Amino acid sequence: MNAFNAALQRRSFLNRSTVGIGSLALSQYLKPWQTAAQTTEIGARPWPGVIDPMHLQQKAKRVIYLCMAGGPSHLETLDYKPKLAEMDGKPMPESITKGQPIAQLQGQKLNCLAPQHPFETYGQSKQQICSLFPKIGGVADDLCIIRSFHTEQINHDPAHTFINTGSSVSGRPSMGSWLLYGLGSETENLPGFVVLTSVGKGGQAQPISSRQWHSGFLPSNFQGVQFNANGDPVHYVSSPPGVHNNEQRRLVDAINALNREKDILVSDPEIATRISQYEMAFRMQTSVPELMELKDEPKHILDMYGAEAGDGSFASNCLLARRLAERGVRFIHLYHRGWDHHGNVKGNMVTTANEVDQPTAALITDLKQRGMLDDTLVIWGGEFGRTPMAQGSGRDHHIRGFSLFMAGGGIQGGMSYGNTDDLGYKAVDRPFHVHDLHATMLHLFGIDHLRLTYRFQGRDYRLTDIAGNVVQDILA
Amino acid sequence: MKNTHALHYNRSAFQRLSAVCLNTLVCLFSYAWINADGIESISFARQIRPILSDACFQCHGPDANKRKAGLRLDQETSAKKQIDGVWIIKEGAPHDSDFIDRIFTSDPDEIMPPPKSGKTLKDEEKALLKTWIEQGAPWEMHWSFEPLHRPIVPTVKDSEWPVNPIDFFILSKLEKEGIRPSLPANLNTLARRLHLDLTGLPPTVEVTRRFVDSEDPLDYERMVDSLLADKAYGEKLSTHWLDLVRYADTVGYHGDQPYTVWPYRDYVIDAFNSNMPFDRFTREQIAGDLLPNATRTQKVASGFNRLHMITAEGGAQDKEYLAKYAADRVRTTAGVWLGATMGCAECHDHKYDPYTMKDFYSLAAFFGDLKEKGFYGGSVWEPEMPLPSNSQEQEQDQLLTRVDTLQKQLATPTKELTQAQSAWETLVQDLASQGRLTWIPIQPEQIASENGTEWIQQADLSILTRGPNPEQETFTLQWEPGQEEAITGLRLEALTHPSMDKMSLSRGGGNFVLSETILTVVRGDNEIPIKMEHAEADFAQNNFDARRVIDGNEETGWAVDGANKKENRQLLLTLQDAFHPETSDTLKLRLKFTSKHKHHVMGRFRLTSTSVPDPVLSETGLSDEIYGIVTKPSTDRTEDETAQLTKHFMERTPLLDEARTQLASAKSRLDTLKNEIPTMLVSMSVKPRVMRILPRGNWMDDSGDIVQPAIPDFLDSEGLNKEESPLSRMDLANWLVSDKNPLTARHFVNHLWKIYFGYGLARVMEDTGSQGTPPTHPELIDWLASEFIRSGWDVKHIVRLMVTSQTYRQTSTPSDWLMERDPYNRLYARQSRFRLDAEIIRDQALDVCGLLMDQVGGPSVKPYQPAGYYSQLNFPKRTYQHDTGSSQYRRGLYTHWQRTFLHPMLKAFDAPTREECTAQRPRSNTPLQSLNLLNDPSFVEAARTYAAEILTSGRGSDRERIRSAFEKVTLRPPSHKELQILEDLLNDMRDGYRTNPERGRELVKVGLNSAGAQCPPDELGAWTSVTRALFNLHETITRY
Repeated sequence: MNAFNAALQRRSFLNRSTVGIGSLALSQYLKPWQTAAQTTEIGARPWPGVIDPMHLQQKAKRVIYLCMAGGPSHLETLDYKPKLAEMDGKPMPESITKGQPIAQLQGQKLNCLAPQHPFETYGQSKQQICSLFPKIGGVADDLCIIRSFHTEQINHDPAHTFINTGSSVSGRPSMGSWLLYGLGSETENLPGFVVLTSVGKGGQAQPISSRQWHSGFLPSNFQGVQFNANGDPVHYVSSPPGVHNNEQRRLVDAINALNREKDILVSDPEIATRISQYEMAFRMQTSVPELMELKDEPKHILDMYGAEAGDGSFASNCLLARRLAERGVRFIHLYHRGWDHHGNVKGNMVTTANEVDQPTAALITDLKQRGMLDDTLVIWGGEFGRTPMAQGSGRDHHIRGFSLFMAGGGIQGGMSYGNTDDLGYKAVDRPFHVHDLHATMLHLFGIDHLRLTYRFQGRDYRLTDIAGNVVQDILA
Repeated sequence: MKNTHALHYNRSAFQRLSAVCLNTLVCLFSYAWINADGIESISFARQIRPILSDACFQCHGPDANKRKAGLRLDQETSAKKQIDGVWIIKEGAPHDSDFIDRIFTSDPDEIMPPPKSGKTLKDEEKALLKTWIEQGAPWEMHWSFEPLHRPIVPTVKDSEWPVNPIDFFILSKLEKEGIRPSLPANLNTLARRLHLDLTGLPPTVEVTRRFVDSEDPLDYERMVDSLLADKAYGEKLSTHWLDLVRYADTVGYHGDQPYTVWPYRDYVIDAFNSNMPFDRFTREQIAGDLLPNATRTQKVASGFNRLHMITAEGGAQDKEYLAKYAADRVRTTAGVWLGATMGCAECHDHKYDPYTMKDFYSLAAFFGDLKEKGFYGGSVWEPEMPLPSNSQEQEQDQLLTRVDTLQKQLATPTKELTQAQSAWETLVQDLASQGRLTWIPIQPEQIASENGTEWIQQADLSILTRGPNPEQETFTLQWEPGQEEAITGLRLEALTHPSMDKMSLSRGGGNFVLSETILTVVRGDNEIPIKMEHAEADFAQNNFDARRVIDGNEETGWAVDGANKKENRQLLLTLQDAFHPETSDTLKLRLKFTSKHKHHVMGRFRLTSTSVPDPVLSETGLSDEIYGIVTKPSTDRTEDETAQLTKHFMERTPLLDEARTQLASAKSRLDTLKNEIPTMLVSMSVKPRVMRILPRGNWMDDSGDIVQPAIPDFLDSEGLNKEESPLSRMDLANWLVSDKNPLTARHFVNHLWKIYFGYGLARVMEDTGSQGTPPTHPELIDWLASEFIRSGWDVKHIVRLMVTSQTYRQTSTPSDWLMERDPYNRLYARQSRFRLDAEIIRDQALDVCGLLMDQVGGPSVKPYQPAGYYSQLNFPKRTYQHDTGSSQYRRGLYTHWQRTFLHPMLKAFDAPTREECTAQRPRSNTPLQSLNLLNDPSFVEAARTYAAEILTSGRGSDRERIRSAFEKVTLRPPSHKELQILEDLLNDMRDGYRTNPERGRELVKVGLNSAGAQCPPDELGAWTSVTRALFNLHETITRY
């Protein structure tokens, strides 16, 4: 009912209308007997979103979220801690760690582990970034580095669920689903929320779950669609063996013609939607393979990313992300699974940093060159950070303070925000919670996070649950 | 549809109303609070409470921590009181009620709800509240919490229409609204609807036609009865239940490994099919294990308590996850039986319903006795119960009997055995008397190890190795023999020790390989070899017999299967000639462990020598103890000693070798069988753990009060004995289905209604609390609930009532007028129409093409799935292997339910991941669904198989065949236009496939089944296009 009301509000003709408008007009245009769950397409048009007018000025039109899955160490990426180097091998003060959640290090001696790689200053803004990321350093002036990020879940699975949905309990919509629900998508040929994954060679490839891009209690239309490097890029997007494009087209025509016949008999508004979905499905059969085909990219672009068509690497996915962004996809979520460095954080960081440094920087540069960075929000970070304490030669999961960076989409570049304590343990300076990230992200999209709600189990749910603050200081 | 609107009441009044309500379209359809004639009395429960709940309860509701000004508006006494001399609500006097002032004021500091709450009251709502107070502000409890009374079936004007009480309730309201029910559905539509609703499978054309042609009005009820007796009925109804209880085949968290709970699914199917009373069904699931002499089935039912997600993620804390599981159980139990959204009360008192945090944790405490862990390291799920099939159980019983018999045989002396034993005793005594069983200890003066193994000599003169554990080793033992006696043989004992792997014989996994033994004598400057004649051992593993220690080949050697048999062993080395030591002779014995088997070095050993001619190892390797007994005259032996000696003999005598072999083989088969028998997670009751209220849901905070199991405080739990001992799960189960609790029956009949009418009577399926929607027909839901209880919780009875009602049998196609008047079908002046559930869409296609495999229950199955779909899983990595053979064609409900990556077809069609209790599936309409029906091999294979059938057994012209195929799928004849569309499709495709017949052949490669391989490929291709079109129709996947 909520969605429906919101959809009502969105139709500008309603605002113009007066008492004279009858339910006849409504029924023709809106098909009000459709429930929110059913009305995700109105006629042949894509879902327009429930937010209209925008609550605020919209800066960002799309997100590219580069999820560094497994939890990269902030101490070897974005958070330089000389004091931790001094304390190398010495016990972590108990006053810091007492009563705090801990994962695999429970019951063990907690000794400090120095930063394993040097940091350098980059750009005019003199951002401090680990020297393993020189290319990202090259775009430092576009980055807003958050050094006071913190979350609530210390194991991979619930931490991913939390950072995606604002709750560790399954069944809530992911942030991409919320955005799609709120704003709809700008593409009629592709899903509005796309997920791409790659696997790194450093550390364990922790599993991820489709819960992370699920629409939860929102209608299924808003769930993320996974694109695959191998096989069908989207499940069942290829015609069966023995059926070519023209035959598939002919078939879809016949199906739609028959559906129209049925509609005459029963006048079922779902049929019009069904017809449009078959058209969209058929378009996807062309548009998705075309999208995945990197061969039409010039060599210098491929080289800039370090991408090879069809290799399923993070580099290819970054390039695909740009292509998806160009085509109007609202939320593009990349997962790079390779950051769970419980052991040998020194060596593994080199491996994984190498995998993401160049493509990440290339993506930002490429978007900027095309004038798209202004309205594309790029976010880079993991589901949590890692302990300043050693776990052998590695680091354990850590949630009280870690880092991420954002770029474009109305975010101020060349700045950093917040800080952890001297040992990189706890976010002490302007702590930035997962809910704050969500609130700020929605704000950039012109949405007041308090007002994007959906009624479920008798409660108006939000992405930010009952918290979240827009962090004004980082807005451009 | 003739005369449908004869009862049309004042249309202009309706239009007036629609103008008033334009901005709040909702009110048009929600409440009948103003009828065409003016004002009728206001229902607190249906009209007032929802407004208060939505706008006020957040600050003036049940949550004590968030309550402002000490004012509660969810309780009558609190709302109708004076504060500082001012009435909040004064009955009949809105102008004296501060409540009214505050909602109508324009002062932003005064107005309620306050602007910053983001909540506003609509003008209509304010007016309604005012009128309600004018009418005396009658107060009622929230509808679902009210005690359940059986309403009187209302009277109606049109007594012809109703066939059972449901119809009276529906019609009575329709008559008040001035609406006539719709005409009955076409009989073929009705037959299809009924079959799909009750069994999830469509009727055949024959059944449908017979029904349509029948003149017997009782045929419909006969059809209902036969479908209720069909095993597919239980399968269909289970699908809904399994969503509620969040049944799945994997653990859900992190690695999402598989676990076995499918016997629970089969229990549910059986329970529905056998029409188990719902109260018993409830008791068995929540507390089946606690029933006296609980049967295996009841224990399986108790698997309900173990269906939640669990974790094996390294680093997960027991305590944190136990808290998660406890909360999950509360959400699910409340969601399944009470329709309550108790999840809110994990961190604070519920804001809208009277559930407190204490209620939440007290409900959790009912399950505190379950044996469980938070973190299941190594993915070992427990406690599990074995569930052998009948034949497995039989075999297991036979094997156990056999083992028992053999063990008895091996322990029972016979005359023959007694004779053999006394012969053996005599032999041993003879040898002993000749001294041939006596061994003189050797204490080496020097021991050298080539590769650094360290050693220590024990008090019993054994040598214990330690320190470095090289891959190979050679020990050299040196000693000066006494000169009194010649040496005829050496005995090397390999001895177990706790410092070895698993208390065994070595640090190389338990076993050793002694490759060579070399004996020399150092005499002056010379070292002279002493030849060995013979080597034997009390035990050797296959291909590692003792002789290999003197065969001059270091590759071969003596080994004793020490990893499995952790027993002391002896090796006897007989010298070729008796050795007579001279003064200052030093003997050197080299023990070489130099085979390719790494670390297979004897861990502890002892060396002894003998001087008797022809020394023997006592044939059975006598321990000192046994040696002592056997050499004692039998009359001197104690009873214990005699028994010990007999046991020793029986365990070793070759006379029992065969029995021993048989026993070993029976035991090994038993072990194999145990691995084959599925085991399932079940409930096991142990000492209840302490349950506390977790402040703000924080599992690390131990400061909350300890709670005991208890029913939510505001609900009637009279009769539950709270004093004597803590309440158990059985008490909870009993209360859920007791007459004190009005929620269970209301909630369950509401679910049934949703299944057969498309929506619940109370539409928000997951919430019967104050934020849910009140039922459209409160008397009907109460009548059904009381009838449900009165019938002895007879599920089939209620289902039968629903599907035989006239209300059910109406057409689902609304007239334009009805569509405007009641677009959401709240009044049930027609049936609802909705897309089929994911599983049913699959079942229907397989059924139509004849591939569906008819089997109830069993382990979950794996239909085709895109390769690589599980590539995001780890611990372990998994490659999906779809089933081959007939299990490929099972019903959708048996599909392997991988929570984190649900089968793409199920997911596309809105099946829930079952991570949480799901009361209602969305019914979406997406391009992914179209792609699925078009291209998923399951559907392509079904279409091609069906095309092959049309080609091989169909009769008549193209047109006739199309007609019959269309009818088989949709259960209605096609229109002329529809026929034409399909015929054109067929001909166009035929042209294409004639030019490219190889493409027709490619279609045969889709799926396991090769139907159509013999057909002309162009025809197969063309007809497959027709059948694919049919499977893709909106009509095909919709229940009208």
